[in-house]
Amino acid sequence: MDITYWIFNLIILAVIVYSIYWVYKSYKTFTWVDWILLLFRLGLPIFLLVGMRNTIVSGKYSLDQWVSLIISGLAQGSIYALIALGYTLVYGILLMINFAHGDVFMAGAFCAYFVANALAKAGFWQSSPIVAIAITIAVAALVSMSIAVTLEKLAYRPLRSAPRLNVLITAIGASFVIQYLIKGFFGSAVRAYPEVAPLKASIPILGAKVPLAQLVVLLIAMILMGLLYLLVEKTKMGKAMRAVSENKEVARLMGIDVNQVIAFTFAIGGALAGAAGVIEGLYSPQGVTFTMGFFPGVKAFTAAVLGGIGNIPGAMPSGLVLGVFESLGPNLVLGGLGIPSANQLKDAIAFLMLVMVLIFRPSGILGEKLSEKKA
Amino acid sequence: MALLEVENVHAYYGNIHALKGISLTVEKGEIVTLIGGNGAGKSTTLRTISALMKPREGKVLFEGNDLSKYPPHNMVRHGIAMVPEGRGVFAKMTVRENLEMGAYYRNDKAGIEADIENAYTLFPRLGERRSQLAGTMSGGEQQMLAMTRALMARPRLLLMDEPSMGLAPVLVDVIFDTIVKVNEQGTTVLLVEQNASMALQIANRGYVLQTGEIVMSADAKVLKNDPSVQKAYLGID
Repeated sequence: MDITYWIFNLIILAVIVYSIYWVYKSYKTFTWVDWILLLFRLGLPIFLLVGMRNTIVSGKYSLDQWVSLIISGLAQGSIYALIALGYTLVYGILLMINFAHGDVFMAGAFCAYFVANALAKAGFWQSSPIVAIAITIAVAALVSMSIAVTLEKLAYRPLRSAPRLNVLITAIGASFVIQYLIKGFFGSAVRAYPEVAPLKASIPILGAKVPLAQLVVLLIAMILMGLLYLLVEKTKMGKAMRAVSENKEVARLMGIDVNQVIAFTFAIGGALAGAAGVIEGLYSPQGVTFTMGFFPGVKAFTAAVLGGIGNIPGAMPSGLVLGVFESLGPNLVLGGLGIPSANQLKDAIAFLMLVMVLIFRPSGILGEKLSEKKA
Repeated sequence: MALLEVENVHAYYGNIHALKGISLTVEKGEIVTLIGGNGAGKSTTLRTISALMKPREGKVLFEGNDLSKYPPHNMVRHGIAMVPEGRGVFAKMTVRENLEMGAYYRNDKAGIEADIENAYTLFPRLGERRSQLAGTMSGGEQQMLAMTRALMARPRLLLMDEPSMGLAPVLVDVIFDTIVKVNEQGTTVLLVEQNASMALQIANRGYVLQTGEIVMSADAKVLKNDPSVQKAYLGID
């Protein structure tokens, strides 16, 4: 038995001892709900720790494998983060969850497919890949932006003063409308992205061979998030967005056209989702189909909740965290517990995290801390 | 022609008849105050003038133009700024950003910078806290901010809704001194106040509102010495 094993056992012991102390201190006020929550609180860390201990001690994976898992997690996570920003931006201003946002992303990916194909046929991807990526992103962002703005004008604006449930149901309806419009126009076949030869190369990092595509994806996502941060913090429009999200009536008194700001917010969220669509194409070129927006949409929503919904700086890291957990979790934790085909449970991890956050920290893991810091 | 003319305005909250035919005028350069008890319709009158509420009947004329056809965010461009009830500062934005929002419709960068500096001179406290979040300041500082923020629009008419609410007496004095100062520099002021004695001290004229109607209008001095006003609003028997 090596030392890692015992370190893990010690941590597990500490968790159990702390829980017993905590129960001893407050069991008198417990209702049956608290006992069930306690089961979660105690069970989850032990479950995680035992799985991690077994995997690490077994030495099944080498360092380079961990590195490539983490980087692919970051790349996937940056897609979640970009979509999550759209949820969080809209929620911050309208207190509504735009469930059609995943389909705005899907539309962007679809558009990227056509643009990328045309550029590949012209040989543009081979001769100048950077320009080709930029063009694809610009077109996809523009298309998704127009869809998001149209959606806001046609579906959400008329319901501005309606109860929130009505808007939510409308958003779900809008999601189907977009999906089936795309299906109607382009059919339900899965269309594969063109091969992008320059991105096939791989770069060695700590012994792992990391595909260039993943690094490009990460880089683009970081640039876009940086730009968004500057937009919200420094520009006049960004400040108007913050003012509207705090108090619409006073914003009007300042001369801010609230409808214009809301449309702008949808436009920005849509553009980011469109760019995420392109990135998805670069990262995992299996192809596009009309239902592909659902899972990334719900995962990005999870990331938005994780970061504290409405909190823009929170959405970025939590998207990355979710991506990394998803890629590490099955191998690190579930594999160690002897669960067969652990990678099939990837999606379960994301949703378990969503449920846990909603139970234990509804304001998001980063939500409260950031707001405290700001205040 | 008066700067502001409110003609027979009726306004409703749902089925509640909040304003029952309000008529008032404000001349250029005046300080006019609306006094009255809770629910008399003072704030509703201001909200109607700033177009946050649409009157069901009647007209609001500013410099002779009927502004009721414009959306509320156009009012600042026409020269009406408002300090809302409860101050309404943007708590999660800095003092400076709040002031910038006040000048949202303006595009003259140099002028805006100069006005921000003026605001810091008017209230040095704001200058000291320029990069602090507005929500972390005291009520008095927030009121100073709300007031200077409204002035950033360089309004010809300043509407103020209960500026003394929740403030310590010392700060109320500071705020009212500033209102006089601002007025002397050429801004017309329409002031809604619960603190009727303070309001009547600085105002030229006053209107008394009661359940959505104007029951009395006269020079501030006359109102101050009127026995019924004294009894109802000034706490003098």
